[in-house]
Amino acid sequence: MKILVCISNVPDTTSKINFTEGDTKFDTNGVQFVINPNDEFGLTRAMWFKEKQGAAVHVVTVGDASVEPTIRKALAIGADEGIRVNAAPKDGFFVARQLAEIVKNGGYDLIIAGRESIDYNGGMVPGIMASLLDMNFVNTCISLEIEGTEATAMREIDGGKEKISTSLPLIIGGQKGLVEESDLRIPNMRGIMMARKKALNVVDEVDSPTPTADKKFERPAAKGPVKLVDAGNISELVDLLHNEAKAL
Amino acid sequence: MSVLVYTETENGKFKKNAFEVASYAKNVADQMGTNVTAIAINAENAEELGAYGVSKVLNVSNDQLSTFNAKAYASTIAQAAEAEGSKVIIISSSADSKYLGGILAAKLHAGYVPNVVAAPESTAPFMVKRTAFSNKGFAHTEIDSEVKIVGVSNNAFGVIENAASASSEAFTPTIGDADFGVKSIEVDKVVGKATIADADIVVSAGRGLKGPENWGMVEELADVLGAATACSKPVSDLGWRPHGEHVGQTGKPVASNLYIAIGISGAIQHLAGVSASKTKVVINNDPEAPFFKAADYGIVGDAFEVVPELIEKLKEFKAQNA
Repeated sequence: MKILVCISNVPDTTSKINFTEGDTKFDTNGVQFVINPNDEFGLTRAMWFKEKQGAAVHVVTVGDASVEPTIRKALAIGADEGIRVNAAPKDGFFVARQLAEIVKNGGYDLIIAGRESIDYNGGMVPGIMASLLDMNFVNTCISLEIEGTEATAMREIDGGKEKISTSLPLIIGGQKGLVEESDLRIPNMRGIMMARKKALNVVDEVDSPTPTADKKFERPAAKGPVKLVDAGNISELVDLLHNEAKAL
Repeated sequence: MSVLVYTETENGKFKKNAFEVASYAKNVADQMGTNVTAIAINAENAEELGAYGVSKVLNVSNDQLSTFNAKAYASTIAQAAEAEGSKVIIISSSADSKYLGGILAAKLHAGYVPNVVAAPESTAPFMVKRTAFSNKGFAHTEIDSEVKIVGVSNNAFGVIENAASASSEAFTPTIGDADFGVKSIEVDKVVGKATIADADIVVSAGRGLKGPENWGMVEELADVLGAATACSKPVSDLGWRPHGEHVGQTGKPVASNLYIAIGISGAIQHLAGVSASKTKVVINNDPEAPFFKAADYGIVGDAFEVVPELIEKLKEFKAQNA
């Protein structure tokens, strides 16, 4: 089985979000970039398939050379080979189109992406990719088992979960549940050394539409201070929620 | 040329978000000088949508579509858009709509912008405001493809009554075996209870509750409010509560009208997932808990005293306002 894990290079959760160039660009100054958390759950599940079922695991990211440390980290965790599509990720459609090309040329059986990236939160890349490639697709996937070419998955739905049966080739929009937080791996020294020797292939972008463009960003309005209610006067909270917040 | 809105149903009844996306579509249609057509699957009372500005409902009756299937549903919506010549399509932010959104975008070569929080700022160029950076920012995004898809955030626009008389007609999409490569085997879903996705109120608790045996009061508070229950990540990691209740960056997103956090310190990952809620209340015995900075109302106190008292006061309030 040949697996492609699609990784987004995103600002660490604790990053301060600022904008620059007249609020038209995200300010990367001082920002630490990491593997998108939803993708990291998928990568870790891919490691399980590698160790238990002998799968080959490649990782791919769309971005300029600055994303390579994130690809190297995935290689240090255990992926066999890295691919970087040398392009600025313009929008979700564009990224999906680039990844679809990699899938088409690489002959992958299973493509694992995250349900969404924590920066632009579009959540559309795996779905667009699936449609462009006409492959089976399971989103918000919280468990995945593969037997031959048959796949059994669980999908998180609003208010519960759904058991799904499908077959390879398959695209997954993954999230926590594919593995648990405690299963995530921190690269060890041996992994980091080995990662340096692994292939990281840079490929050119292919033509793609870019149907959307972020023209301007803004930060949420500053929030007023919290209104504290005395623990001995709970009626006041009920009153505020009803009359002031109109929430009851 | 009408604006097409996908109005979700469950067991034949429209979901609450159907009325919100219909209201949103009406706003867009007014801006563009056109009408709203809804596409609904196995809806029992399709005409109901008239109250929210829908003029025409394309109602699909098809047993194969009785369970959600992203590809078949996307195909149905795409065929409806083509039949109507619709260039703007409105969908919700439910798990199902987010699942089919990308597929639909690729089918129609459309620009798709989800997480939209307000009516379009203009329709030529087509500009919408959406959340980004896990609720730590907003983007004003232009869609310049011929067909455009807007995903409306839950509770962001609201339900607006706007009476029109809706006609309903049968719509028969071409659906084939190729659409069912992904099969639903079993759906395990809470029935008769509010879900985190569409509840007006969410009651959430964290490690401050000390153990799973103490969740009775959280559930009682949720019952009194008709709220969904949720929890912080450590609580689901510890197995005190099911994973499906975990809200936060890697869990479910919350965009309720009221979010009550009990014994949750407010780690940045948690806040990223819940800060789209309109009013946030924090109950915590630690006055330094970071959540107080993100909350609208706070009580510094012992949850085991505050919550039972709050339940009593809310019962009194409900009795008086019944």
